Amino acid sequence: MTTLVQTTRVAPAAPRRRPSRVTAGSVARVVGLALWLVLTLFPLYWVVVTSFKSPGSINRWPLEYWPSEPSIDNYTELFATSSFGTFIGNSLVVALVAGATATLIALLSAYVLARFEFRGKGAVLGAFLLTQMIPAFIALGPLYAMLADLGLVDTKPGLALVYVAMCIPFSTVMLRGFFENMPDALEEAAMIDGCSRLGALFRVLVPVMAPGIVAAFIFNFVNCWNELFLSVVLMNSDANKTIPAALNGFISTFNIAWGPMSAAAVLTVLPTMVLFALASRWIVEGLTAGSVKE
Amino acid sequence: MTATAIRAPHARVQHGPGRRRTFRRRHALTILGFLAPAIVFVCWFTYFPMLQGAHMAFRDWNLWDLTSTPWVGLANFATIVSDPVFPVVAGNTVVWVVGSIVPQLVIGFLVALALWRRFRFRGLYQALVFYPWAVSGFLVGMLFRWMFNAEFGVVNDLLMKAGAIEAPLPWLAEPRLAMVAVITANVWYGVTFFAIMILAALQSVPDDVLEAAAIDGAGTVRRLFSIVIPYIWTTLALTVLLRAIWTFNSPEIIYAMTAGGPAGRTHIVTTWMIEYTQQGSYGLASAIGLAVMVVLFVFCAFYLTAIRRVNQR
Repeated sequence: MTTLVQTTRVAPAAPRRRPSRVTAGSVARVVGLALWLVLTLFPLYWVVVTSFKSPGSINRWPLEYWPSEPSIDNYTELFATSSFGTFIGNSLVVALVAGATATLIALLSAYVLARFEFRGKGAVLGAFLLTQMIPAFIALGPLYAMLADLGLVDTKPGLALVYVAMCIPFSTVMLRGFFENMPDALEEAAMIDGCSRLGALFRVLVPVMAPGIVAAFIFNFVNCWNELFLSVVLMNSDANKTIPAALNGFISTFNIAWGPMSAAAVLTVLPTMVLFALASRWIVEGLTAGSVKE
Repeated sequence: MTATAIRAPHARVQHGPGRRRTFRRRHALTILGFLAPAIVFVCWFTYFPMLQGAHMAFRDWNLWDLTSTPWVGLANFATIVSDPVFPVVAGNTVVWVVGSIVPQLVIGFLVALALWRRFRFRGLYQALVFYPWAVSGFLVGMLFRWMFNAEFGVVNDLLMKAGAIEAPLPWLAEPRLAMVAVITANVWYGVTFFAIMILAALQSVPDDVLEAAAIDGAGTVRRLFSIVIPYIWTTLALTVLLRAIWTFNSPEIIYAMTAGGPAGRTHIVTTWMIEYTQQGSYGLASAIGLAVMVVLFVFCAFYLTAIRRVNQR
């Protein structure tokens, strides 16, 4: 943990406190930050407000910036006209299982890639990075055929398998950054004391870098929760659909019902926002570890 | 991520050569065992289908007639390039990438600069401003599609209140306006990433150098251009590259807002590819995907070489 904390704390270039005075620069800074805050929050504000408007007042001029007759009709309609509860459950199961599995697998590969020099290491890293560069659609058709052969199309395990593969490369790179911040004396000491390498990894390193691992897991979870095209192609029954596949179904209709749609959007965004806010510090560190280092 | 490839080999863990030989066999087993699950998954569910997909690019592979998928060589590529939509798509893709990246970089840089020096509630501010990260591109597209709605969209309402326009604009129905709308959404979505990366880079600028410069009488602007920017230049360049690749490959926002419409006028390569997929023309879709990969690859190679050149100078 110490190293993790250090890297974040060393950074703040908080210059010594100068007598604060109002300069053009500091005014511009405050105004700019305030403006960006408003611009960033506005879409969220708007979708929340829309979701709580009464169905009649959504499509009506003048627009209401605060619901004149607040109601939860959009939410009740969403659950009445679709199996949104089931979709949430499906998304939750798939994202939890796939996110956790990918984190565990990436933990092992990241450890090896951080600690050992070996032939082919560059190739492995390169192959992982390349997956981020290739448009995923090129694999959609064959992936469908492959899962069909395995009898896994339109099943949660099938989608989870694909998601695990999707999450591994990036979380490996992210976790590798965390491992490189750990002194290797840590597990060497444990191994001298008789731990196996796996034992040293899980008993000594994992507890120390738990925040980083949790961040990697949250990142994976959110990616699975948000993934669109694979879920649209692979999941088609209402019993197994995840949220993005369902939302895609909502917009394929000619007239989008913006009220229930907004309610669905709010419910979809809320959990991931909370998770990200909780782990943002470590996620930021993990994301930047690879490229910006001392 | 490419950053890892060319970053200075500093933090490498060095094992002495003698020690290494002794443990070589055991290490080899550890390395193999630990890497195997990751490699198996990525090969099985990513590379294998991708190669098969690449293979389809050279076949007349149509979902509606799977009885014959003859080898057609480069015919799919010829079909794509001669499609009348192709120049529009190519142009749009460039506009989409450049039009998204430049404002993202500028605004992201400004946000990062403003956040650089500590202030009270900075943590809270960051948590609030960084939330777009948690939202999927598809949902961002949905939110903006609703805000840019021609009849009851809030964008029209605000612009009319501000006196910028007199009547509601048909944002998503007019090709140029639609491009403006989708790029606006993407800029909004992407600033966070730049702000995070640049802020981290800024925090790596050594204090003492900045202080020394200040003592020597360098003003804020001078310090920014003579010290800060040269110091974080590589990070900036790599962040732009990463983001460009990502933007190139990300159809979600356009897919959600216009689905490439009206009449294919807001298609970029990847949304175009989706349309072919939806028509069942996997051969043509794969040809586009393969071409995109090659273009990105060449682009990356040139870009990284250029960065290296400049850094060596």
